[in-house]
Amino acid sequence: MPVITYRDALGDAIREEMRRDDRVFLMGEEVAVYNGAYKVSKGFLQEFGEMRVVDTPITELGFAGVGVGAAMVGLRPVIEFMTWNFALLAIDQVVNAAAKMLYMSGGQFNMPMVFRGPNGAALQLAAQHSQAWESWLAHIPGLKVVAPGTPYDAKGLLKSAIRDDNPVCVLEGEMLYNTKGEVPEGDYTIPLGKADLKREGDHCTIVTHGKMVLVAMQAADQLAKDGIRVDVVDLRTVRPIDVDAIVTSVKKTNRAVVLEEGWELCGVGAQVVDYVQRECFDLLDAPVVRVHQADVPMPYTKSLEKAAKPDLPKTIAAVRKVMYLD
Amino acid sequence: MSPSTMAAAKKKPDTPKGAAKSDPALNMELLHSMLLQRRFEERTAEAYALGKIGGFCHLYIGQEAVSTGSLSLLRPDDYVITTYRDHGQALARGMTPRAVMAELFGRQDGCSKGKGGSMHMFDRNLNFLGGHGIVGGHVPVAAGVGFAIKYRGGDQVIICFMGESVVNTGAFHEALNMAGLWKLPCVFIIENNRYGMGTALERASAIHDIYERGAAYNMRRAQCDGQDVFAVREAVGEAIELARKEQAPTLLEVRTYRFMGHSMSDAVSGTYRTKAELEEYMKRDPIVLLRTRMQENGELTDEQLAKMDEDIKAQVQDAWDFADASPELPAEALYEDVYADTHT
Ligand SMILES: Cc1ncc(C[n+]2csc(CCOP(=O)(O)OP(=O)(O)O)c2C)c(N)n1
Repeated sequence: MPVITYRDALGDAIREEMRRDDRVFLMGEEVAVYNGAYKVSKGFLQEFGEMRVVDTPITELGFAGVGVGAAMVGLRPVIEFMTWNFALLAIDQVVNAAAKMLYMSGGQFNMPMVFRGPNGAALQLAAQHSQAWESWLAHIPGLKVVAPGTPYDAKGLLKSAIRDDNPVCVLEGEMLYNTKGEVPEGDYTIPLGKADLKREGDHCTIVTHGKMVLVAMQAADQLAKDGIRVDVVDLRTVRPIDVDAIVTSVKKTNRAVVLEEGWELCGVGAQVVDYVQRECFDLLDAPVVRVHQADVPMPYTKSLEKAAKPDLPKTIAAVRKVMYLD
Repeated sequence: MSPSTMAAAKKKPDTPKGAAKSDPALNMELLHSMLLQRRFEERTAEAYALGKIGGFCHLYIGQEAVSTGSLSLLRPDDYVITTYRDHGQALARGMTPRAVMAELFGRQDGCSKGKGGSMHMFDRNLNFLGGHGIVGGHVPVAAGVGFAIKYRGGDQVIICFMGESVVNTGAFHEALNMAGLWKLPCVFIIENNRYGMGTALERASAIHDIYERGAAYNMRRAQCDGQDVFAVREAVGEAIELARKEQAPTLLEVRTYRFMGHSMSDAVSGTYRTKAELEEYMKRDPIVLLRTRMQENGELTDEQLAKMDEDIKAQVQDAWDFADASPELPAEALYEDVYADTHT
């Protein structure tokens, strides 16, 4: 199977969907002439022309709304945010328009559209450019939210998102674009709302999604050297959440760590813990431990940034804690 | 009457234009549309007082020439989008009084199955893309519909109604910039009724001829009298023609006035505007202006008017009875229409 980058996997997904369906178009800042701020849409302008690969002004609220209007009358927009930090300026369109339109119109106007872009912290980008938004978006009924952690998942999930008749937020990892993985050529999709058991083990479950999948896998590798076998449940979609996959794993391992990039309070992990206590209360051998960003805006300072981020040592420590090993 | 004959009509202060070449049948339709909205809203106020309608509810009384004048010019395949003050436009676009009243009552035969209410009238068959509750939020959506029309190479237009307060929102500027930049077939109609809730335009906008804001977006702009249905038709007609033929947007400021409070909870006058001011504006009731013109032209007898009014009142009563009899959606509908089933 060909090995390609996460970036190319995303690009292939959009390109193939645009070839397949001429209602699909890509709109956002720098997507056309500049080939995409992160080069996801390299070569698109040449192939599809400026009506389908649309450079916008810096006007997030405006072009998110243009996507909503176009979706309302039957097009299938893919709206790119240069990063999700800037999507806050557009959140009215995502939350008040896209997520509500079907319901408040009594089922008349669905929103077949995608909002996508990089999410979460990269390196030393400081407070305003280093944030993970999935718990905000996952809070909203009417939205679907996916956070692929591998190139394979990125392509399959993005294709499903584009074909979905609902507004889907795709949270890509800024630090993942250069990562590589096996991706089959041509068409395949991954159903939204289905988790993936990325590693099998029977001692402890790590529930995670997005960029933290890589950290969880590294932790599993490391822990295996000490004979600790970890189940890694990659949620892939954080709305809807695959509760069955979480519960099935925890029933097997009786212990869980929840790993995410965002902050603690009201995080996706808090919701996962709620499902675990509801469904696995009598089966738990230890309290669930969460790993997440420190409860502070992201500092620029290198050592402090490292201290703030969830990472491999913290994840390993959390697993050892729920195993009562330390 | 075509937009071009409209343009030729003579200007006369304080009476409707179009006297030179009057089309009695059309005038009758316009009058019917406006009077229907008026009588409908009067009963809406009554139903609200009786507790049959809940939540926020914004009446359209005083502004009927804007909806009727504008929407009487649209083709069925054109699009309309508006704010929460949407009952009049829904009716003027052709929704039945039954569907609108049932929506106000929150019943399943309402145009949005009762899930939208006063502020969220939608009708897919009429390309009526909703009443929207976030001030300014629907203007980029209108630009998106304009984009979609252009994307498909169609010759439809979208009319986007908004209150004058909208011009101070970021969404307005972002949308108009893109519409001007990309030449989208949008007609942006500002219904300048002078107040956003209790804030007069002069206390909210740095400029007072707000159509001038179109200059910033290299957009055709115009202003017209919103109490005169013919003036509205003339101005909107020109804008539609430009949008349809040249795919260029217009920012049109229509000067009107609301005769009622902002919503159902505030006094009609006394705080932010005087009774004297209200009475002055009410002298230019758009329905009275049209009716008088028609009577002067000999196009409308007292009997005809009385009959029309009676029929309309009966129709609105029928809508009320229909809405009252319509059930609320069953409990299981709570979870319906959150997500669409995907078929692609
Ligand atoms: C973004 C936002 N801010 C505030 C409100 C509350 N609000 C509803 S209507 C309104 C006044 C709007 O006035 P205008 O745009 O002139 O329209 P009109 O009500 O006169 O038709 C306000 C402040 C809102 N709905 N949305």
